[in-house]
Amino acid sequence: MSAPLHELGFLEAADALAQKTVSSAELTAALLDRSEKLEPALNSLTWFDREAALAQARAADAARAAGDARPFLGVPIAIKDLLNVKGQPCTAGSNILKGYVAPYDATVIARLRAAGCVFVSRTNTDEFAMGGSTETSAYGPTRNPWDVARVPGGSSGGSAAAVAARLAPAALASDTGGSIRQPAAFCGVTGFKPTYGRVPRYGCTAFASSLDQVGPISRSVEDAAAVYQLIAGLDPRDSTTSPRPVEDVLPAVRAARDLKGLKLGLPKEYFVEGLDPEIEQLTRAAVDQCRALGAEIVDVELPHSRYGIACYYILAPAEASANLARYDGVRYGFRAEAGDLQEMYEQTRARGFGAEVKRRVILGTYVLSSGFHDAYYLRAQKVRTLIRGDFERAFARCDAILGPVTPTPAFRVGEKTSDPVQMYLGDVFTVNVNLAGICGLSVPCGFTAAGLPAGLHVVGPAFREDLALKIGAAYQHATEWHRKRPVDPQGGRP
Amino acid sequence: MSDYVPSIGLEVHVQLKTRTKMFCACPAHEEGTPNVAVCPVCLGLPGALPTMNREAIRKTVKVGLMIGSEISLRSTFDRKNYFYPDMPKNFQISQQAAPLCIGGSVEIEVGGQKKTIRVNHIHQEEDAAKITHLENSSEIDYNRASTPLMELVTEPDMSSPDEAIAFLTALKEMLVYAGISDCNLELGHVRCDVNSSVRPAGTDKLGVKCEIKNMNTFKGIHRALEYELERQMETLRAGGKLTQETRRWDDVAGVTLPMRSKEYAHDYRYFPEPDLPPVTLDAATVEAWRAELPELPAAKRARFIRDYGLPEYDAGVLTADPAIAGYFEATAQKSQNFKAVSNWVMGELLRALGEKGETIADAKIAPEALAALIALVDAKTINMPAAKEVFQILFDRGGEPAAIVKEKGLAQVSDTGAIDGFAEQAIAANEKVAAEFRGGKEAALMFLVGQVMKLSRGKANPQLAADALRRKLQG
Amino acid sequence: MAMKFSENADRMDARYVAGLARMALSDAEAAQLQGQLDDILAFIGELKQLDVSGVEATDVATEARNAWREDVPEAGLARDVALANAPLARHEQFAVPKVIE
Repeated sequence: MSAPLHELGFLEAADALAQKTVSSAELTAALLDRSEKLEPALNSLTWFDREAALAQARAADAARAAGDARPFLGVPIAIKDLLNVKGQPCTAGSNILKGYVAPYDATVIARLRAAGCVFVSRTNTDEFAMGGSTETSAYGPTRNPWDVARVPGGSSGGSAAAVAARLAPAALASDTGGSIRQPAAFCGVTGFKPTYGRVPRYGCTAFASSLDQVGPISRSVEDAAAVYQLIAGLDPRDSTTSPRPVEDVLPAVRAARDLKGLKLGLPKEYFVEGLDPEIEQLTRAAVDQCRALGAEIVDVELPHSRYGIACYYILAPAEASANLARYDGVRYGFRAEAGDLQEMYEQTRARGFGAEVKRRVILGTYVLSSGFHDAYYLRAQKVRTLIRGDFERAFARCDAILGPVTPTPAFRVGEKTSDPVQMYLGDVFTVNVNLAGICGLSVPCGFTAAGLPAGLHVVGPAFREDLALKIGAAYQHATEWHRKRPVDPQGGRP
Repeated sequence: MSDYVPSIGLEVHVQLKTRTKMFCACPAHEEGTPNVAVCPVCLGLPGALPTMNREAIRKTVKVGLMIGSEISLRSTFDRKNYFYPDMPKNFQISQQAAPLCIGGSVEIEVGGQKKTIRVNHIHQEEDAAKITHLENSSEIDYNRASTPLMELVTEPDMSSPDEAIAFLTALKEMLVYAGISDCNLELGHVRCDVNSSVRPAGTDKLGVKCEIKNMNTFKGIHRALEYELERQMETLRAGGKLTQETRRWDDVAGVTLPMRSKEYAHDYRYFPEPDLPPVTLDAATVEAWRAELPELPAAKRARFIRDYGLPEYDAGVLTADPAIAGYFEATAQKSQNFKAVSNWVMGELLRALGEKGETIADAKIAPEALAALIALVDAKTINMPAAKEVFQILFDRGGEPAAIVKEKGLAQVSDTGAIDGFAEQAIAANEKVAAEFRGGKEAALMFLVGQVMKLSRGKANPQLAADALRRKLQG
Repeated sequence: MAMKFSENADRMDARYVAGLARMALSDAEAAQLQGQLDDILAFIGELKQLDVSGVEATDVATEARNAWREDVPEAGLARDVALANAPLARHEQFAVPKVIE
């Protein structure tokens, strides 16, 4: 008997549909059945509509029967509940968007729609993508499929858990300070954050506009490359997208077998106190594997790395404080009834936002406020320049940088919720990539003794997605970590 | 002389005449039916992003070029944060750190005195939505949200309400001229924040500033300033102290009142708009835009006086509207008699347009036809009353003046025989008046000329009629 | 405008800043947030150790420039679609409780 349908990856599903060994309706139904079965334990999805998804799948099947040969026609994909899909709710994991139905498609959604993809479900997220554990969602925490007592990481924990648990072949996610790569590492799947300006943000509910980037979470680098190619490229509706053409990286990614001729940098700043010994050991083993594949490993310095988190936790909340000002109960979403406008604002936002969002909005408002702007916000912008400079100098010495994605494996649900600073420190290896605006890939690189996944971080220069993906693909060709899957969790939530 | 000297500065917000909004492609200037020109961007929906309207930027840069600003070759947008339901994102995209145009000045003239008003900068921003306050609720129409605005900020160089109005008038004239804005005040195209202070005569340090927000008529601004300056001076004369504050003008009561606003209302928390890359301009683009600028009213006035020998008054009237000025020039090119062209345009043409509520673009009378009509008068082929009749026909349905004169039989009678006959008849019928003339009353002749004109049914050449009468009465 | 901050100590008043951001806080919430924000501020305050004199601020994250649009209108949202999400719509407009200036 062949493998169950839900085991198909993104490209595998495309092949099976093209060969008509399976229909999109069958595949979609299998994923929805599985979602219904596993969701009580995982809570990785915020919404799905069986009839709507199946209608889309049947339409894809009919088109294929009529000769439509688009390569990804009918391939299901899950969408982070931050991206606007016309006619679907878009909650951003927040009560304040309760009742909002998106009247438009995000550009990445429009591109996937044009490719014929089926939007099978919406995945859970930390509220407005603010968090590293998917515990701040108004829809409750998502559980890690490898250990449901643990978090899947965040903010794209729903996407990572759903892909790891085989509820979808791939998912769209977003990454502001590590929100694709960290949950991918925690859940043993592949996550890719493209260069800032590579993928349109139009229709992606904004957290921190100068850092946000949409990207895929998938079960292989090849799949990530395929989804990336569908969504990348200049968008007239997102003025920050680059006009550089998107080259077809898929053939090179699929053909990647070794790392000969590549210099990969290892920053000494990434192997310091606070890094879990097991994670360190797994990362070093992965680096050795890359050396064995022919890469030259060189030492590089990223001297301002240690300032990344402080810099990030000034700039991101500052931008967020403005981005989230629009949630005021006037035009959409939740409104608290009140006698006058000011009270309506204050009550709507008091009741609509959760604690982490409030913390960050207050922090962001403070660092921009008169008298403190220069000491915090302006200084952080300057530190951002220093961090970008670090990477520019490092990339003069190497083609890409390797390191751990997270300092620890997935932690327990509730373990860090009362200590925001501890939670923020989990972003230590990922935030600098966002601050520098470059690309980063997380690929599974083994398991701790407790059976928890770890991720290898492949950081590429700006607009060298091809390089990061090829390195990841060669690594995956030589390893089996990305093929490991968790045992299906049983029953309801622990 | 007064014991206090006023200083007035203006922040002038002008809606630009573009087809689309500043940061989205919704139609701009959609009046009437509410919420029909809206999209995810101007409604501030989750995930929507702004895109820059190039035409708005071009127009703002052109204003800078007209007033001699330095054009920023790299300018950036900032977010200005404040909560109000007319602002869909609860921040306004504006420019603070690096506006498009820096510096510049506008010449004004009040009571024959010329003065230069310095401009601090001009920046680009977006308008707010329209909010209607009802008794127990407010209603919002987002059609206007994100309409392109330029904000021009002057230095506090004006020292009287008259100077403020002269500045606004000069600015408005310029903007209309260059097609930057229709500057329709009723439609709220121009709105001002008016800053004023007073200081003791003979001192240099500016006094405490009060800002009157959101004024939208020139008359209101004049009245508000008169009131406000007097209020400030009275307060100081009475030994009181002024506090820096924001006030509003109550047009009915004719007073300014302090606005009740929260303490933190002014902490706008500006920071760079991450969703918009910088605007970078090169010198060639700026020069190309400069080349598109029309001749400005002041320059045109000077040229009309110089080249056409017109009085200052005529030049002022003719250049107030670029279309009228163009019509004048087209006519003058076909005519020798520039002053007559000016008289006709300022008189009959503007009157006729006004009566019909039309603009010069609607007029059927071609500049060539008006020039030909003037030539007929100058050649004494027709007299003035006849010319006015011909003008009206030309205005109503166009055509060629000579043909109309012929068709209507309006040519002057210059046949001395016929005129002699009319003169004799007039004298015979008005012996008493004739006697008065002979007795030395020169004015009596005009009455008799009138009688000749009447007898000739308006066609007699009045000069010839007077000559004939004089000959017969004195001969 | 005078801020209710003490300029020498980086002690922020969480409730006051929440007011700037138009969020009401309960007493318990304000107390908890105050403690957490003090911790965070102490943490991000480490940037002050760094010498940033002469460093340009990164005010733009994108390499794109002049991403401008020609002045050609496009259809937006139909009014009923735009109003469908409104918590309260009246007279084809978005209605809000009265504004006390």
